[in-house]
Amino acid sequence: MAQVAQPVATTFFFYMLSGIAILSGVLVITRKNPVHSALALILTLLCVAGLYLMLYAPFVAGVQIILYVGGIMVLFLFVIMLVNIEQAEKQKQFNQQWLAGILAALALGALLVLIYVKGKAAFAFPPPPMPEADNTQRVGQLLYSNYMFPFEIASLLLLVAIIGAVVMAKKRI
Amino acid sequence: MPGFITNYLDKTVQMTPGQYGSPFWALVYILVVFGGVSLAVVCMNWLERKILAHMQVRLGPMRVGPHGLLQPIADALKLILKEDIVPEGADSFVFLLAPVIILLAVFSVYCVIPFGPTHAITDMNIGILFMLGVSSLGVLGIVMAGWASNSHYPLIGALRSSAQMVSYEIAMGLAVVSAVLMTSLNDSGTGTLSMIDIVKAQNAQHVWFVFKFFPLGLIAFFIFAVAMVAETNRAPFDLPEAESELTAGFHTEYSGLRWSLFMLGEYAAMIAVSSIAITLWLGGWMRPFPNALGGPNWDLAFSLFPALTFFGLAAMTFYSTMRMPKHAYFRIQTIGLGAFGALFALIGLILLVPPVRDRVQDVYWFIAKIAVFLYLYIWYRGTFPRYRFDQLMKVGWKVLLPMGIGVLMLTGIVGLRTEIWDFLQRLVHV
Repeated sequence: MAQVAQPVATTFFFYMLSGIAILSGVLVITRKNPVHSALALILTLLCVAGLYLMLYAPFVAGVQIILYVGGIMVLFLFVIMLVNIEQAEKQKQFNQQWLAGILAALALGALLVLIYVKGKAAFAFPPPPMPEADNTQRVGQLLYSNYMFPFEIASLLLLVAIIGAVVMAKKRI
Repeated sequence: MPGFITNYLDKTVQMTPGQYGSPFWALVYILVVFGGVSLAVVCMNWLERKILAHMQVRLGPMRVGPHGLLQPIADALKLILKEDIVPEGADSFVFLLAPVIILLAVFSVYCVIPFGPTHAITDMNIGILFMLGVSSLGVLGIVMAGWASNSHYPLIGALRSSAQMVSYEIAMGLAVVSAVLMTSLNDSGTGTLSMIDIVKAQNAQHVWFVFKFFPLGLIAFFIFAVAMVAETNRAPFDLPEAESELTAGFHTEYSGLRWSLFMLGEYAAMIAVSSIAITLWLGGWMRPFPNALGGPNWDLAFSLFPALTFFGLAAMTFYSTMRMPKHAYFRIQTIGLGAFGALFALIGLILLVPPVRDRVQDVYWFIAKIAVFLYLYIWYRGTFPRYRFDQLMKVGWKVLLPMGIGVLMLTGIVGLRTEIWDFLQRLVHV
């Protein structure tokens, strides 16, 4: 008898991924060595990709890994490797504006609590029946039908950024 | 037997263990794939040395065992027993982590490789995206290894490697997209990223995608075939470890077991990218000519191939056994080689049994195609001179990338030719 696969240990994986994401997020700002910070950031991004998978968004998870971890973070590391790290380690890591920082954190916390309390009504979506089976196809169809214009605008913006980067980096073209 | 073992063995189950949701069988498949890949890497190591040697009119390893057959085992023993050195001044945590990252990235890719319609660990909706994404994590390991060594050659090797892999990933991605585009030529009009469904689409369209829209599929395959050599840092694109310039590139400072992990990762990555190419363009697990030479008689004929291959190997081994020197010193080696041949013949006989024969066919054709690719890898290394780094970048950005974009656009146009023709006709008649 063929059965449909059921998710295994969902709660456990959710708490594990979120825990690692938060822990490595803290490591990003507390490590003195920028390479270690970048590696911790990679771990955070991978955990977030795992959380996307748990939200039945495999396409977003795959793109997160390809773009952020495989592309952007490699370039980050590429640049950091060329920085003089010993000098960077001597510099001051935190500034003294702890009052403003606490206020901002409190404001964000209050916002999150508000969403948590009020959000159940605002974001009430029914659980999708067998969602991940054609998630990618749905994303593609929406991007090329309803959201064609924003999609093209975004790609034009990226093209402008590419040309701008080439113009600024190359003296003689 | 417990239900979690028996229920997957049901004949009606036509799913991978991952889809079926059977952790036990998924684990079994993972262990089989891991062991098989490691064994393949060992064989590949010996074959590469022998084939390269014969291409250069040398003998290659001949001392350890008959024809150097036990050389990989001797090498592995040596590497395990060697001292594991972490250089002074190296960032030891990152230094020790780097080879592990490479291995993790490479072996995660094997989760979605379809060795047969049900012979995969799992099938994902985003299969090909997952493969490209996870295999691009391997560059992280290389960058970490190069930086953490705190030495000049590794750093330069890592910089070269990251620049090279990031640039060839783009051409590779474009070639993959044009193949994925071809899967959408069905009634529903939506393509698929799942590895198993890509092969099924080729079956439904009665053509390997390498021959689809000739020569568009062939060009896309060519772009991928060049980019995948660059992605795995193999000759003629092995700039990150160019031994005449950088001693050994990013793994110069590694020794012993950790160095061998890099080698394992490199060869496993070669198998992984070859299987992406096979799945996308060469019909995955399908045997040659499933439609032109269809019918039960041809099915039977092609299903004998696995056994025949092993009988051929056995015959070769027995022939070599007869040609071994007759001196008493070689007696143990001769007996061992004969036993090896007998083992091959036994495997061939087992593969003749009808249930085994039918189950093994898909896996056999997939592995046979991989073997062709691996031979090509060795052949490239034996024949092509190494590129200079600026030439490498020029090929990537100025040749492969425009070609990839052109092929992608042409594939779209040819795929929609009837719709475009209708649209043009309507324009004329209005």
